[in-house]
Amino acid sequence: MLPSDAAIPRRPAPRPPVPRAGFSLRRIGAMVLRYWYLLRGSWPRILELAYWPTMQMILWGYINQFMASGTGGASGWVAQGAGVLVSAVLLWDVLFRGQLGVSVSFLEEMWSRNLGHLFVSPLRPGEWVTALMTMSLLRTLIGVLPAALLAIPFFGYSVFALGLPLAAFFVNLIVLGWSLGLLVVALILRYGMGAEGLAWIVVFMLAPVSAVYYPVSVLPAWLQPLSRALPSSHVFEGMRALLFEGTLRWDHLAWAFGLNAVYMALGIAVFLLAFRQARVRGALLQTGE
Amino acid sequence: MTHPTIAPPTMTARPSPDANPATVPPAIRVEGLTKRFPTPDRSSVTAVDGIGFTVPRGGVTGLLGGNGAGKTTTISMLLGLLLPTAGTVEILGVDMARHRHAVLPRMNFSSPYVELPHRLTVRENLTVYAHLYGLTCVKKRVRDLAEHLDLTRFLDRPSGGLSAGQKTRVALAKALLNEPELLLLDEPTASLDPDTADWIRTYLERYRTRTGATILLASHNMLEVERLCDGVLMMRQGRIVDRGAPAALLARYGRKTLEEVFLDIARADGDAVPAGEAADAAE
Repeated sequence: MLPSDAAIPRRPAPRPPVPRAGFSLRRIGAMVLRYWYLLRGSWPRILELAYWPTMQMILWGYINQFMASGTGGASGWVAQGAGVLVSAVLLWDVLFRGQLGVSVSFLEEMWSRNLGHLFVSPLRPGEWVTALMTMSLLRTLIGVLPAALLAIPFFGYSVFALGLPLAAFFVNLIVLGWSLGLLVVALILRYGMGAEGLAWIVVFMLAPVSAVYYPVSVLPAWLQPLSRALPSSHVFEGMRALLFEGTLRWDHLAWAFGLNAVYMALGIAVFLLAFRQARVRGALLQTGE
Repeated sequence: MTHPTIAPPTMTARPSPDANPATVPPAIRVEGLTKRFPTPDRSSVTAVDGIGFTVPRGGVTGLLGGNGAGKTTTISMLLGLLLPTAGTVEILGVDMARHRHAVLPRMNFSSPYVELPHRLTVRENLTVYAHLYGLTCVKKRVRDLAEHLDLTRFLDRPSGGLSAGQKTRVALAKALLNEPELLLLDEPTASLDPDTADWIRTYLERYRTRTGATILLASHNMLEVERLCDGVLMMRQGRIVDRGAPAALLARYGRKTLEEVFLDIARADGDAVPAGEAADAAE
């Protein structure tokens, strides 16, 4: 029932402080909270996050064991480094989950037609993107950590044995995932939900040229420059150098960081352009399922 | 659900107590606002065609027009969701093209066509938006609003599982979280039963009376407009074809209801009245 006059305070409530220009951690936190509410409200979603990385790890773990053993022809290449394929699949999943984390959180807004409400609030596009990246990091950790931990009892191999370089590999791959995620977001903003499927396939276009399970030298000569232009190739080459030779290839790391800086700048620019175009076309209020 | 009938309080446009009409800019000032959308054949369609109007602070102004008249496009441009092709929009004295983020915390919006995320509970949705608007004492604000809007027992239900009337009240709660100085409402009582619609109107009247807020209301419900609005902007084919207080429009068209005026305007060729005759009660 409508409250009586007495129930409504006569004096206006204190006005919220007007946000200053720039980033607001509080608004970023609000958006992370929004996606966290969504995630925690559905245990199948949380289970699904960890399911595929774990299945992939088990599958590739056994392939690794088979190829390194006598019955599998004792592939000398695989046998050079324990768990090279397990490390590769776990790190590949960092890239995939990193991209998917940005794209799916964005798609949640499209599915619920919430962009109109969000962008009449003081939320800025940069804050939203930061929240998408934060959620991507959380989703990736929820997905990949259980698989990495399970690899220890399953195959006696710990990806954490890579040591500190693992953190550098992780950062480079998740940042590349974010750049790809922003590209997917931009394409969906531009072309609508018809482009939704890109969220699940775009990263796999890079798989053949990212040297995940084989070195760049396997690729045809004409494809190798393309491969070397990807941060992911340098990460996986660096990972194998560490596992096979025990050396940290700083050149690969430097290339990965440098290329990532370029791709992230491009990703942000493409996103901002698509966002502005969405405001020109009125897509923020209308786009949805 | 039954709501008690409550006599609406006296409606008077109230500027804030410290407002000096000579210096305080209007709540909304629009000049030469135009929106053209490109079409597949490389031409363009003009949705809003060089409109200009002002909405004084503390009033309730109705934005009326048939389907496709340009109301939603106009509201989208006022909110900054849609960039105009030409023209300027000033909200509470702030240029939306340049300083949109300075004024967004002081305004809000509700529409039955833009729902809140279905899978989040009402409490979760309101909490997220309370943080986005930078409110302090979020839990208390959500609790108080839920109490005022009779939503307390729905707070922990998913928003998607509510009835149309409950969803409308949740959307209104979201729109009132920041106690906006300017509230933009797109058909706030569409698809509601008469009882719930009356409840919403009464609540809006009380809110306006209590806070002195300005309300711009797009509606197809002429009884609602007659009851709530001090001024009316009539749109057709992207233009404002007439404007004025409801009583003045009734007198000008010699009609008894605003619905008849609406039909006269909707079915007329060209401008509804000669430009010189159009009293500008909204300005």
